[in-house]
Amino acid sequence: MADLSIDFAGIKSPNPFWLASAPPSNSGLQVHKAFEAGWGGAVWKTIGAPVLNVSNRYGAWHYGSQRMLAINNVELISDRPIDVNLREITEIKRLWPERALIVSAMVESTPEAWSEIVHRIEDTGADGIELNYGCPHGMSERGMGAAVGQVPEYCEQITRWVMDAARIPVIVKLTPNVTDIAASARAAVAAGANALSLINTLNSITGVDLDTFEIVPSIGGKGGHGGYAGPAVKPIALNMLSSLGTDESVSRSNVPISGMGGISTWRDAAEFLLLGASSLQVCTAVMHYGFRIIADLCEGLSNWMDERGVTSIEQIRGKSLSRISDFKDFDLAFRAVARIDSKKCIKCNLCYVACNDTAHQCIDLMNASGEVVPPYGYAATSNGKKQAVETRPQPRVREEDCVGCRLCYNVCPVVDCIEMIELPSGRPSITWDELSQSQPAVTEDWEAMERYRGQMGIDIH
Amino acid sequence: MLQREDALAEALPALSKQEALVEANRCLYCYDAPCTHACPTHIDIPGFIKKIATENTLGSARTILSANLLGATCARVCPVQELCEGACVLGAEHKPIMIGRLQRYAMDYVYRRDSFPLASAPATGKKVAVVGAGPAGLSCAGELALLGHAVTLFEKRNFAGGLSAYGIIALREPWEIALTEAAMIERLGVTMRTGVELDSTAAASGLRNDYDAIFIGGGLESSMPELGIPGEEHIVDGLKYVEQSKMDLANLRIGRSVVVIGAGNTAIDCATIARRLGAERVTIAYRRTEREMTAYPHEYEFARNEGIEFRFLAQPIQVLSDSSGVTGLECVVMSLGERDESGRPSPRPRWDSKFVLRADQVVKAIGQLKHSVAQIFGVKTERGYIQVDDKMKTSSPGVFAGGDCIRAAGSATTVMAVQDGKIAARSIHTALASAATAGRVA
Repeated sequence: MADLSIDFAGIKSPNPFWLASAPPSNSGLQVHKAFEAGWGGAVWKTIGAPVLNVSNRYGAWHYGSQRMLAINNVELISDRPIDVNLREITEIKRLWPERALIVSAMVESTPEAWSEIVHRIEDTGADGIELNYGCPHGMSERGMGAAVGQVPEYCEQITRWVMDAARIPVIVKLTPNVTDIAASARAAVAAGANALSLINTLNSITGVDLDTFEIVPSIGGKGGHGGYAGPAVKPIALNMLSSLGTDESVSRSNVPISGMGGISTWRDAAEFLLLGASSLQVCTAVMHYGFRIIADLCEGLSNWMDERGVTSIEQIRGKSLSRISDFKDFDLAFRAVARIDSKKCIKCNLCYVACNDTAHQCIDLMNASGEVVPPYGYAATSNGKKQAVETRPQPRVREEDCVGCRLCYNVCPVVDCIEMIELPSGRPSITWDELSQSQPAVTEDWEAMERYRGQMGIDIH
Repeated sequence: MLQREDALAEALPALSKQEALVEANRCLYCYDAPCTHACPTHIDIPGFIKKIATENTLGSARTILSANLLGATCARVCPVQELCEGACVLGAEHKPIMIGRLQRYAMDYVYRRDSFPLASAPATGKKVAVVGAGPAGLSCAGELALLGHAVTLFEKRNFAGGLSAYGIIALREPWEIALTEAAMIERLGVTMRTGVELDSTAAASGLRNDYDAIFIGGGLESSMPELGIPGEEHIVDGLKYVEQSKMDLANLRIGRSVVVIGAGNTAIDCATIARRLGAERVTIAYRRTEREMTAYPHEYEFARNEGIEFRFLAQPIQVLSDSSGVTGLECVVMSLGERDESGRPSPRPRWDSKFVLRADQVVKAIGQLKHSVAQIFGVKTERGYIQVDDKMKTSSPGVFAGGDCIRAAGSATTVMAVQDGKIAARSIHTALASAATAGRVA
């Protein structure tokens, strides 16, 4: 059985799963319950400056019958008295010494304020401090949260103040609401941060009520941008995580990264680990289903590791980062085509309409005799399930015309029905970068490009 | 004990918004979908379901009605297992989408709000007579009205709706549904003349003179053929039985022990009425086997779940009675022989095997008599059914026909009648447009 324990910048945790700093880690009661369920750690909901909250705090993005593909919130940092929070943190750490307990903090931007909060947190016995430079709403209007995270110089300055005061590990949490998250990460690393975490929530407006024209959720008739999180943001988080892993100065610094942003299952977790995360934080999935999801997160990850003979988290961390590449380094000669398994196909024709309307028109409908037939090719008098089912044509890819766009693969509702098959292109491997060096004219001039295609047998229909 | 009305109340509840949205979102939105192919009226089913999912319910109803004006009836009475739902791509490994109930959801929406989403074209000045206000006639009349023609619908009974109103058990289609739907057709601009029977060649030629085209949707007779057995006078006509259950339920006599002769869908309806209204024992007697019976498999299953018994290979030979009334039905056991003209093995009696089914009420549901309307219009028939081409044209110029009166083979369903009416309306429209330049309708 794989060892899921981690040592994250000196913070030890029996498994890599931590509650992210958010409503689920708002109180001692909740964190205690989460630890009972098996969570490896928790980042306490941000404490610091005094706040008051509003109601109708959460909006959500639903798609079809799937609830909460993402959640949006305008809840601020903890609105509970700071003394109560600190007392409960102390108590939880005493009760659960082997779990990771990190405290997220956000105060006004002065060295004194930061120094004071750091010392008060350290007095609780907590294992680490997470600096909340990411909160995109409310706090940012007061010069905190994302207002710090979005300016690398501020990020660096405040991190230095904290590092001067702190004796326990400090994690800088990055906001995704920037053009280049690596610049923020470099600033934190330059200031001596022990670790990074990402992503905080994204700026978002969930929607508009079509009856009242109010923003969703409506706060007494008003609304505004909130922080967006949940399954829908996972691809954005993975991109940002990998951009740190591939950034030379960040990766050279070797600071561990706590990954978050839409982690809902062990599969998501494994992907974050493969792209360089050392610990994992979860919020929306817990807000949707409760603390109990930790059982499958741990068991699924452990089974997956066992199947691969992987015995520790460290062995898989960042294993896919080397695959991250720029377009210019992709092999232009690589060829894949779609193939539909007619035995599995249920003939919904979603691949057909997607390919023919919006892609490259290389899927045909074939009748039982193998002839290409048009859609809706039946007579007006034809009806009944027998005729509809028995005469229904079968979609088939014309592989010679398939550009391998993979749209059909993505729309197909049947597991393993459409496969992308690698076929020899008959051309030597070459990247755009190599092409632009060896034959610059081809990459700059359409006529030269046409000649090159002719030589290579690249036919664009 | 349940009130009689409750016992025959519509069986399936309406889907709640929650149920409808969940189910609509389950639809894959197939392209050139098999459900649409399987539907005789070819409703764009994924299209209307997608509109339910986006809460464009009015648009959903428009999609349904633009292919099938009797969407509310069809949502309830269609044998969806044999049509749309039977062809659903999710049917093989999962559960098919509840297409019928989603259609009903969209139809209920427009009828409840009285916001009918189709409007008639400007008047063309052409007049069409439609004979019979059953599903075929209503569909044809409504389609023609939408195209701008002046339509008069003649119906011999007091209410429009045909079998939808009178002949389908209330638990599948309540009386009000058929009436509301007919009222909607009327509001499209159709002149409804109920209680008018066309029973002479003079009346028929009157129509020919007064109208630019005629559609016959006369259905079949609302009574059943004779069995030709002793005691026939004691047998209750199945269609009348169903009709009374809808029109005069309080006075419908239900036996304690009822035998229904025949095994089609009307037989099942009659047996269901008897069972639900208190008969202790209900038996369906059929001269062939379950393989040959015309009731749909899902209806057969429904009946067995109702506690209705089946006696196959049982041919009635005599209704037994005494001074108190019917006491039983004497039958003979049949064996199946060669295939007859319907393609089914013909049953032959084994005369040494007579037996009696004890009963105090015997109901027959053995198909309907052919209508005489064909004769007065002088159109060609085959075995009593009016002959039409694929445009629903009869042998007589300007006369079109559709519905059960043309359906010589295959199962005659409401939805097929609706499609006949629609095809005929479009043929008539084309003919009237060309006649505008060339004189009369050919």
